[in-house]
Amino acid sequence: MESGSLSADLLRPPSPRRRRTDKAMRALMWTATGIALVPLVLVLYYTLQKGIGALDAEFFTTDPTGNFLGAQGGVKSAILGTIEIVGFAAVVAVPLGIGVALYLTEYGGKGRLAQAVRFFVDVMTGVPSIVFGLFIYLVLVLAGTGGSTFAGWKGSAALALLMLPIVTRSSEVALQLVPNSLREAALALGAPRWKVVVRVVLPSAASGIVTGALLAVARAAGETAPLLFTATIVKATTFNLNQPMNSLPAQIFQDLKQPNDELVERAWGAAITLIAMILLLTLIAKVIQRRSRAKGAT
Amino acid sequence: MNPRPTDATERPVQKAASGGPPPLLPLPTSASTSTSAPRESAGRTRQVELRDLNAFYGSHHAVKDVNLSFAPRDVTAIIGPSGCGKSTMVRCINRMHEEIDGARAEGQVLVDGTDLYGAGVDVVAVRRAVGMVFQKPNPFPTMSIRDNVAAGLRFTGAPRGEIDERVIGALKGASLWDEVKDRLDQPGAGLSGGQQQRLCIARALAVEPEVLLMDEPCSALDPVATLKIEELIGELKERVTIVIVTHNMQQAARVADTTVFMLGGELVEVGATHKLFTTPEDERTEQYVTGKFG
Repeated sequence: MESGSLSADLLRPPSPRRRRTDKAMRALMWTATGIALVPLVLVLYYTLQKGIGALDAEFFTTDPTGNFLGAQGGVKSAILGTIEIVGFAAVVAVPLGIGVALYLTEYGGKGRLAQAVRFFVDVMTGVPSIVFGLFIYLVLVLAGTGGSTFAGWKGSAALALLMLPIVTRSSEVALQLVPNSLREAALALGAPRWKVVVRVVLPSAASGIVTGALLAVARAAGETAPLLFTATIVKATTFNLNQPMNSLPAQIFQDLKQPNDELVERAWGAAITLIAMILLLTLIAKVIQRRSRAKGAT
Repeated sequence: MNPRPTDATERPVQKAASGGPPPLLPLPTSASTSTSAPRESAGRTRQVELRDLNAFYGSHHAVKDVNLSFAPRDVTAIIGPSGCGKSTMVRCINRMHEEIDGARAEGQVLVDGTDLYGAGVDVVAVRRAVGMVFQKPNPFPTMSIRDNVAAGLRFTGAPRGEIDERVIGALKGASLWDEVKDRLDQPGAGLSGGQQQRLCIARALAVEPEVLLMDEPCSALDPVATLKIEELIGELKERVTIVIVTHNMQQAARVADTTVFMLGGELVEVGATHKLFTTPEDERTEQYVTGKFG
């Protein structure tokens, strides 16, 4: 008797109300996903549609000419400038950020200083990028530090300030994921703490740290505001970081304001280039992540 | 007020009489002739003594006034219900206890008369002399089998030329060599649980500790893997003083010469294993070993 009523319960179809609610909620989630995808697709579509015509060999191999009429040139200086500025910023910010994260996870613990550092890292993550640019403008550009006013390395400094909290945060998360049992195992083998960090903790967290660093680089590569009044916008390619230096975001900013269809198209082309560069970095980060995960699984 | 194993001095005699696992030398001659170190250390396993040991986690008093000594070349099992402080006590012996936030220890841990908590003692040197195997196998996931065993040697700066031979010796010592000799360069995390635990034992043996602490080394393993580890303990005690924490009383009965019963952070009874399990002196011990609580 009892088992009969149980199987009847199990076999009874769900109430119409439950089925309606289920369908409505599913529809809602699909719609939300669709709406969220619309701008992404449109941005990619318009960027490609408007800028693809600008992409040719000349686009990548010549500097902007600045001529009022005639050939306008490409964006070589901007591409190289972005690589130089962001590269230098990464060289400064990534090791520093990893160092701070190591302090927080391996040495600081729950101490007062560590808590304060954590708090300020969080605050710095939220600071608008233009504030970093302004800060560098006041401290390094107006003061003429290094015998120059606007300079590539000053742009790097602004970007490094921007990247530092991102790298620190992501590295800290990656380091916290390293199981404590590994640290204990190494300590119990008679390893000094710095060797535990170098030989065990860092290799175990490497993929997470690299991913975080690459994402911070990608974020910095797309920043315009901190560069406008630190590295500024110039035409010629330079490999001297103490000179004003061009960059892709700044070039886009400049070109879009011009009453010249060719320049506007060049801006869209530069946007495609920037998207492609960031996409490439993100892909590299994904590959590194996947490869280390596969290694851990076997 | 100093409960020691009553017949610590008669230990070798008793061991011979009880039969036990075959007293094979764990290292084949090829490995032990490589350096004189293993042979030397085989002859000088150390006496470990705890005096008025107290351990705390913040305000929680986990180990209370423990006085105890572990005889050289002996296997001592620590038994007791969960949370009785047995792991904490063992972690005090190689000063791993203090690695936990807010944890501290008071009292003395003497190894051949030297207080490990004394002034001027290098905690790193302590851990080189007193090895440890943990509850869950924890091989380094980024390292191969070979590098896992060599890790301790590299941490402690052993001569490069010696490392390979000592890795082989340690793997043989941990009865793992035959199973892994063809895949030394594969990741250590790819081994089975029991093999991983023996890899961890090999890793601890490679630095040639005087004392080996084992904190419930079989609790994550199946019975076959457990048996292998227990056989290994029987072989290893020829070389190192072993202290094993276990929640499994049968295991204590199988592997240990001396057994220590702890309860609520206090040491209740110490005695030769067969005596503690058959004719315990303390009523609480009797209740515990007969399964009335815990």
